[in-house]
Amino acid sequence: MVFEQKKEKPETVRKQIKMSSHQRAAPVEKKFFTPGMKILTAVMVTGLGFGLYRMIFGLASVTNLNNQYALGLWIGADVATGVALAAGGFTTGALVYIFNREHFHAILRPALLTALLGYTFVGIGLEFDLGKWYNIWHPAIPFMWQGNSVLFEVGMCVMVYLNVLYIEFMPVVCERFIGRVNLPGMLSCLNNPVDILLRFLDHILGKIMFIFIIAGVVLSCLHQSSLGTLMVIAPYKLHPLYWSLLSPAFFLSSAIGVGLPMVIFESMLACRAFGRKPEMRVLTPLARIIPFLIGVYIFLKIGDMIFRGTYVYLFESSVPAIMFWIEFGFLTVVPFFMFMSSDIRRSPRGLFIAATMYIIGIFLNRSTVFFIAFKPVYAEKAYIPAMGEFALTIGLIAAIIFVYRVFVTILPVLPAQEENS
Amino acid sequence: MPNNRRNFFKQLAGIGSLLLLGKKKKAHAAYSGRSPDQLGVLVDTTLCVGCRSCEKACNRINEDLPHKPSETFRDDSVFEQRRRMEWDAYTVVNRYKNQGDEGRSLYAKFQCMHCVYPACESACIVGAFTREPNGAVIYDAWKCIGCRYCMAACPFQVPAYEYGNALTPQVRKCTFCFEKRLSEGKIPACVEACPMQVMSFGKRNDLIRKAKKKIKESSDRYLPHIYGEREVGGTAWLYLSGVAFEDIDFPKLGYGPVPGYTEPIQHAIFKWFLPPLGLYTMLGGIMWFLNKKKKNRKQLENK
Repeated sequence: MVFEQKKEKPETVRKQIKMSSHQRAAPVEKKFFTPGMKILTAVMVTGLGFGLYRMIFGLASVTNLNNQYALGLWIGADVATGVALAAGGFTTGALVYIFNREHFHAILRPALLTALLGYTFVGIGLEFDLGKWYNIWHPAIPFMWQGNSVLFEVGMCVMVYLNVLYIEFMPVVCERFIGRVNLPGMLSCLNNPVDILLRFLDHILGKIMFIFIIAGVVLSCLHQSSLGTLMVIAPYKLHPLYWSLLSPAFFLSSAIGVGLPMVIFESMLACRAFGRKPEMRVLTPLARIIPFLIGVYIFLKIGDMIFRGTYVYLFESSVPAIMFWIEFGFLTVVPFFMFMSSDIRRSPRGLFIAATMYIIGIFLNRSTVFFIAFKPVYAEKAYIPAMGEFALTIGLIAAIIFVYRVFVTILPVLPAQEENS
Repeated sequence: MPNNRRNFFKQLAGIGSLLLLGKKKKAHAAYSGRSPDQLGVLVDTTLCVGCRSCEKACNRINEDLPHKPSETFRDDSVFEQRRRMEWDAYTVVNRYKNQGDEGRSLYAKFQCMHCVYPACESACIVGAFTREPNGAVIYDAWKCIGCRYCMAACPFQVPAYEYGNALTPQVRKCTFCFEKRLSEGKIPACVEACPMQVMSFGKRNDLIRKAKKKIKESSDRYLPHIYGEREVGGTAWLYLSGVAFEDIDFPKLGYGPVPGYTEPIQHAIFKWFLPPLGLYTMLGGIMWFLNKKKKNRKQLENK
């Protein structure tokens, strides 16, 4: 009897959610190993090969890191950029649930999945960079807590947020498997208990999900900003164009700004891969919000530059100054104006280019802060990432796309295609 | 309307700058007077002849470093390039051209400066670096996860890493002979080994007094600058020189402790957890309000 009751409730809850959203999500029914996917798999395996090599023979065998440049591509790209680009999860979460823009419901699940995979791979990428990777759990142990460390805060927030993301994603798993749990072989005796567990989770989470959604936003704001505080501790090494006490605000605002472009980028890529039309109905109004968010970042950045007088460095012939023109001038301000134009917002190509530009801008910005505009005291030559470092970074990106494809094939993430089938 | 808006921004800016000022003051208050009795070493670089006895003594006392034969420390060819501390050497001596007197080269010994407010200690995610009350900054390899943030943080670029070690790499730096000598009441191995008495070991305050006296008595020999007295909030190791410190590879640094930039930001964000909780409450409030508004609208539409 009790079981019957449980069976009823989540069903109705889910129906309500489905009714309220404009479009239902469904697993993608497409061939998995397309030629593109085969290339992707090769890239992934190559990268992970370099990763394995590093694990066996040490950091020196693969990376160009040294006692001067201790943080390199794997921190600047895999970790710092990865976290920034995974901001789509909490920004769309906030948009749909907190600011009640139901119109964007269709992009919520893909955005959530991208964030979840993004953060998971931040963790995996970090493992390759950590000297003693098997000690990654140490920051969670109370007697090793170090409240003065910016990195400690980043680590803790990312760890907790990763769990929050998995919880937020749980309803998608429940939707797919409730009443359809079918474990192979010996495990089949667990079918019923797993089903009950899923129903229980679905029931509970339906009621308390708002707690996690708000927590996700708060945790994101905390660690996105703290990532920017990390290099504030090196005022004598970071170029003045990039060292600022407002750096946490830059990192936070630019991450919030890149969240939605990332959702657009990812949605359009997915549509292309699965031979669908881009969902301009959702993406165009979404892009209208972006200039306000990037605008805050540009305003802060220029204001800080005027206030501290760092504009004097703009025209010096140095790598940081050139990087500033590229990543800020070209890849942040230009996309800002592109998102302002309603013509570009309505054009799939224009929107895609604008989003891609800003995403690359964020990648270059993070890399500049962590190792390009960073000049250690006794550095005799600049750090240029080794081939193996690039290979692993690209391999991890390929792996994210690979796992994304696995997820959307199994789980109802992308909007259902009714007219096509 | 525009007037109002401008006023609003003015007020906002005013509040912002007040907050910043308040924070700055607090930061300085928090960073004054950390164990005035701490130990230190005064290095008079004008006396150093580059014999590298200190390097050898350091290699001998730290048995976990690979043992190097005595000949390696008599090999003068190492002076042809600028060396830095490595995973297998906690201290190095470098040679510099003397602009004033071509015949007499200058030498400077480098090792961890043992900051009074160490950046590595503040940066470390697991508290693997601790500053002992006597001033030694020491490292606990067991806690370390190998993130190398300490190396990015150190304003003197001191910590070295065992990049070649795949399984148990450590951050390596001078220990001030904390366990091996200081705890037994002995002086650091390099200080004891120096034949020219370049280094004097003692209470940091006494050493500063001694250095000031030296500068006063032979002002032609020394620049009136004790490097490490005030740099980044002070260091246990203090230096005297006859030439500008930048010429013998000491970085030009300000007087504020480096963690003084990050820790106030960090602590402001987590002041009694109020900012995160406030943000949480605010977002929850917005969510509740907008949901209610929408429900009301739907009810109206239904009517």
